Amino acid sequence: MGRKSFHGGVHPIEHKELTRNAAFETYLPRGEMVYPLGQHIGRPASPVVSKGDHVAAGQLIAEASAFVSANIVSSCSGTVKAVERRRTVAGVYAESVVIENDGLYETVPGLGTKVDHRHLSQEEILAKIKDAGIIGMGGAGFPTHVKLMPKDPSAIRYIIANGAECEPYITCDDQLMRDCAGEILTGMEVVLSLFPGAEGVVIIEQNKPEAIAAMKKAAEGRNIRIMAVRTKYPQGGERSCISLVTGASYGITQLPADVGCIVDNIGTIYAIYKAVCETTPLMERGVTITGEAVKRPCNLITRIGVNCGELLEAAGGYKDGVQAVKILAGGPMMGIAFDNLNVPLQKNNNALTFLARDEVEEAERKQTACIRCGRCVRVCPQGLTPQLMSDAFAKKDFDRYENKLHGLECISCGSCTFICPAKRPLTQEFKVAKAEIMAAKRAAKEKEAAKA
Amino acid sequence: MNAIIIATLVLGAVGIVVGIGLVYIGNKFHVEVDERETEIREVLPGNNCGACGYAGCDAVAAAIVAGEASAAVCPVGGAPVAEKINGIMGTHAELSARKVAFVRCNGSCENTSTKNQYVGIRDCRAVVLAGLNPWDCDFGCIGYGSCAAVCPQNAIHTKDGVAVVDPEKCVGCGLCVKTCPNGLIELIPYGQKTVVRCRNIDKGKDVKAICSVGCIGCRLCTKQCENAAISVDNNLARIDYSLCIDCGKCAEKCPQSTITKA
Repeated sequence: MGRKSFHGGVHPIEHKELTRNAAFETYLPRGEMVYPLGQHIGRPASPVVSKGDHVAAGQLIAEASAFVSANIVSSCSGTVKAVERRRTVAGVYAESVVIENDGLYETVPGLGTKVDHRHLSQEEILAKIKDAGIIGMGGAGFPTHVKLMPKDPSAIRYIIANGAECEPYITCDDQLMRDCAGEILTGMEVVLSLFPGAEGVVIIEQNKPEAIAAMKKAAEGRNIRIMAVRTKYPQGGERSCISLVTGASYGITQLPADVGCIVDNIGTIYAIYKAVCETTPLMERGVTITGEAVKRPCNLITRIGVNCGELLEAAGGYKDGVQAVKILAGGPMMGIAFDNLNVPLQKNNNALTFLARDEVEEAERKQTACIRCGRCVRVCPQGLTPQLMSDAFAKKDFDRYENKLHGLECISCGSCTFICPAKRPLTQEFKVAKAEIMAAKRAAKEKEAAKA
Repeated sequence: MNAIIIATLVLGAVGIVVGIGLVYIGNKFHVEVDERETEIREVLPGNNCGACGYAGCDAVAAAIVAGEASAAVCPVGGAPVAEKINGIMGTHAELSARKVAFVRCNGSCENTSTKNQYVGIRDCRAVVLAGLNPWDCDFGCIGYGSCAAVCPQNAIHTKDGVAVVDPEKCVGCGLCVKTCPNGLIELIPYGQKTVVRCRNIDKGKDVKAICSVGCIGCRLCTKQCENAAISVDNNLARIDYSLCIDCGKCAEKCPQSTITKA
């Protein structure tokens, strides 16, 4: 058994009570659907449909354009309206396929056919996962088929299903584990069949007793370990999970596969099950619509590509007399704020949080100079020194930031900003610093390539 | 008396011995430096801005002598410096026409409004990274002055939420062009008066709703131009400065006053 938790971490107020017992409701979108081509990490997919084409639900509309890229599948039936630049949750414009939804949800033939994964070869399973366009559903959006093809498959010791869901407010993984425990574990078995030497571990925080009970019950007779772990943020970080299971830590240049682990979100595992055993590509996902400003916080199973404004309406809109001052894709710790609800839900958006209080703004008003209390150092799950990193950022000393302070190891979890009594925007500084350093590295690489 | 003579002689002898030693060591460890490199280094402005793409004036002087860089590589020094370097190197590299930075936005507080309040680091790149542009227009100048912060000549200042370049001070180093996260800044020929002060590629109706001076892509300007110097692409007018004669007819007709002739 590994340790019950990791180094550092914080205890933000959970706010999960808003949707803790809200069972999944299915919501079928009515309005137009938008599919940004670059909703995963890697090269944006290239569209295979054009304006005027009729598509059915489950039909491929954009295919992976490189090794690290993912397919995109239509989640509704209708006519392709355009392939144009549309606003995304990240606040930027990106090339997207726009489909006028006819509301009929006609599917492609063969969708939903039950298949026994034990009769499939490894190549067939990987091909099915790739075709389904599955990416990391927990937030990062890394193409799953790439993750499942490490250089040395025999070195993989653990397959970790991440059901920690440590982010406040969000409960969709919790609900998924309660409702579909058997399916998730079958999905785990599919992944484990790719790595015969690996052990399956499911990590769940202790604040989800129903999910733990459901998963433990479903795991009876299967060779998968359910691990209830301490409730602490960021328990669901990939690195936290790995240090928990193996006791090992690893550097920024290493991938989880280098320490013999593959970590996948519960939602991703479920999508793998759907793709392999039920021949259903990634078309829908669970999403939590929550926050103090929402009239009826709920968990929805909805189609990817739906307009976020429509989802808010599905949750009853805003409470009377309340206006959300902050809208987040994701939770309050790592979610990204956006201001325009006229954007589509992406594969990796697990929640929309509508906050009635802007605590970031309140914090900014109280911001003072660093008092060197060292709390940020104590809570950093990566063992970094945020106070010194912030200092290096202020001086634009990126060399020190990167090489002496190892600032690129920051996972932007927000624990330091959360704990800081001087209310300093540490995480934002590190995000900017990391982006600067990565941009400089890219520029240097291009220069090198141009010379050669 | 004797003591003074002895001391003088001893000190003198030590001085001569040390002097010979220094001369010997100096010869032994002599580093061959191209004289031209020193001369060029003296001609260069010496503010180490890095605008040439090299790591400061010393590095670019070495590159010029090594034949890697043209004599007209320094955008800050301009024609006079290029001429002097040509003299030293015996080359005839010509400096391209002087260029200055220009911010393609006029969305000041008066012309557009804000949709949300941004909180966080006061830095344009941080704003764009967070995806929380406070202004209604997603393309326009954010106005936190990341460009002004990198300008080695103090030629950029933000006024009313928009960065403005002083063409007299600007030396065309292009550092601001690289810094602006919205890609608003471009280098235009010095003295160019007629310019399109917008970069919004949204449809005309959407632009009109959010900014009183945004380009709506109406193409009135293209009809005015006798030299076909203006084209409208992606709902945005663009001037080809090599064809523009600065007559200003387009600016007169522009219904949004996006094109101006200063």
